[in-house]
Amino acid sequence: MATVLDPAGAPAAEERRAARRGRSTAPGGRGRHVPPLLAVSPFYVLFAVFGTFPVLYSLYLSFQDWDGIGDMRFVGLKQYGWLLQDSVFWHSVVNTFEIWFLSTVPMLFLALVLAFLLHSQVRFSGALRVAYFIPNVTSMVAMTIVFGSVFAQAGLANSVLRAVGLDGVGWLSSEWGIKSSVAIMIIWRWVGYNALIFLAGLQAIPTEHFEAARVDGANSWQTLFRVVVPQLRPVILFAAVTSTINGLQIFTESQVLFQSTDVGTTGGPGQEGMTIVLYLWQKAFKEHQFGYGAAMGWLLFAIIAIFTIVNWRLVSGSDRDDDRRSGIAGLLRRKGVRNGR
Amino acid sequence: MAADERTTGNAGLGIGSGSRLTRICVRVALLLGVLISLFPFYWLVVMASGTTQDIYRYPPKLVPGPHLLDNMRRVLDTVDFFGSLFNTIVVAVLGTALVLFFDSLAAFAFAKYEFPAKKFLFGMLLVTYMIPAQLSLVPQFVTMAEFGWAGSLNALIIPSAANAFGIFWMRQYAQNSLPDELLDAGRIDGAGFFRLYWTVALPLFRPALAFLGIFTFIGLWNDYIWPLVVMINPDKVTLQVALANLNTLYNSDYSLVMAGALMSVIPLIVVFLIGARHFLRDLAAGATKM
Repeated sequence: MATVLDPAGAPAAEERRAARRGRSTAPGGRGRHVPPLLAVSPFYVLFAVFGTFPVLYSLYLSFQDWDGIGDMRFVGLKQYGWLLQDSVFWHSVVNTFEIWFLSTVPMLFLALVLAFLLHSQVRFSGALRVAYFIPNVTSMVAMTIVFGSVFAQAGLANSVLRAVGLDGVGWLSSEWGIKSSVAIMIIWRWVGYNALIFLAGLQAIPTEHFEAARVDGANSWQTLFRVVVPQLRPVILFAAVTSTINGLQIFTESQVLFQSTDVGTTGGPGQEGMTIVLYLWQKAFKEHQFGYGAAMGWLLFAIIAIFTIVNWRLVSGSDRDDDRRSGIAGLLRRKGVRNGR
Repeated sequence: MAADERTTGNAGLGIGSGSRLTRICVRVALLLGVLISLFPFYWLVVMASGTTQDIYRYPPKLVPGPHLLDNMRRVLDTVDFFGSLFNTIVVAVLGTALVLFFDSLAAFAFAKYEFPAKKFLFGMLLVTYMIPAQLSLVPQFVTMAEFGWAGSLNALIIPSAANAFGIFWMRQYAQNSLPDELLDAGRIDGAGFFRLYWTVALPLFRPALAFLGIFTFIGLWNDYIWPLVVMINPDKVTLQVALANLNTLYNSDYSLVMAGALMSVIPLIVVFLIGARHFLRDLAAGATKM
């Protein structure tokens, strides 16, 4: 397998081709192409070894039954068949989508409103941005632990409810309590980030549009939804697509929230907090079913791909080409944030 | 700084131009948002400085208590905090240095040189982003095991030593900020590719490097699922994994866990606050310009 993916293959082949073409394409001699090719090669070498190879290998693994130590047993498409009949897997898919919906819709709405507010606020704008961005840079593990205690049965959230005369909620024990808790953590983490992205888009809107709206007597809400939202479309598209990709890979919140030494409790009571990636992790690394985990990785990939395309179509409508390009570029930027590898 | 001036230039647009009452409402709403944004950190300090009984008392105790140092000392007695802090620093610092070097070098070549298959190679950069990291979680772990890197910091540093995002982003920057005349002048002086990179390009890349550096550093520092999977030796883990383990094993001793969480969060917040203005300006500018 490794020979197919010879990391030096692409640049080396190009070198040879360039050499064959001779001086016509390389007036300074073919040797002058060596330094730039060397300069770009580290990424491709690393990607071949740690990116392409594992992806292809995961396809191979998904046709095997393997515990990671013993011999592999070829099972063809059976892993996928088992997966499609696995009720826990489907439960995790439904949970992931429910949490995604519960978090993304309010998050994007709040981010838009916040960007609008920040746009009209001149003083302390630097300090405000820092304050709103801090949730995004702090460790998810630490903050999940904090939120876990806030949402505990005798935690702060229920104390506040009690103080205003309401009954406590089973934040970490009931179906919708669990999903809401995870969604609240995600909203808290991402509103500021997306608001700053929207704010940058807002600042690019020509002044005349606001003036025209004011002359026409539009109020704030009308300005927001009639002037700002249409202009911000590419930026909103970018935020929607990236939060879909991130949202469908939720792991840390659920994993840390319900972590214990007992594997059976993964995902919390009733496994209502079980997400796709959490289930993948449990099957592959706790129960050592590597083939099953690999197959699940591919199904996750398919789900994300389909859903991203649908999402894109929904938000982008009949966008022009340049909008689409900015969406792709934005998408690339954002994904780099989350997976550095 | 530029972004701030632009905000000032736009003053009086949007709803800020409304009545005094509206303006007050906007400020109150923004302040409320800041409180929500920062409250969990305050609450973390409160919990880390109290006792476990305090955390679940009704009515809750809303001010910090006197036990912070006690609780921190107990963290140090319970887990190898400095060991995992050291591992995290090594990963974040070395990883960031490698990313900055490899990404800026490749970006320099992509921005300023013609070479065979350039378009194809650059296109490949973009395609690599479509692959979610979790897809290859299992085989990546197997690959690491084959290399003998499972449990080693190599597994956290090497695979992410160059990334498409950084190359893509630095290239944009290089195209706009690195004049060809400077490179030509260097060539006349007899400088080759790597000399030009090191003496001409790199100093001009500094603002972009600062942004990418903070970005990468935060990402490496906070990464959880990959170290959780690949650091198979429980005595050698990163801060995030150590904290999660502390949470699992001592989940009845909340003040201990909270002190650990606080200690794991502080170094990164300090780094972020030092570079924050720079970082946020570039983040916002980059998101719309590209």
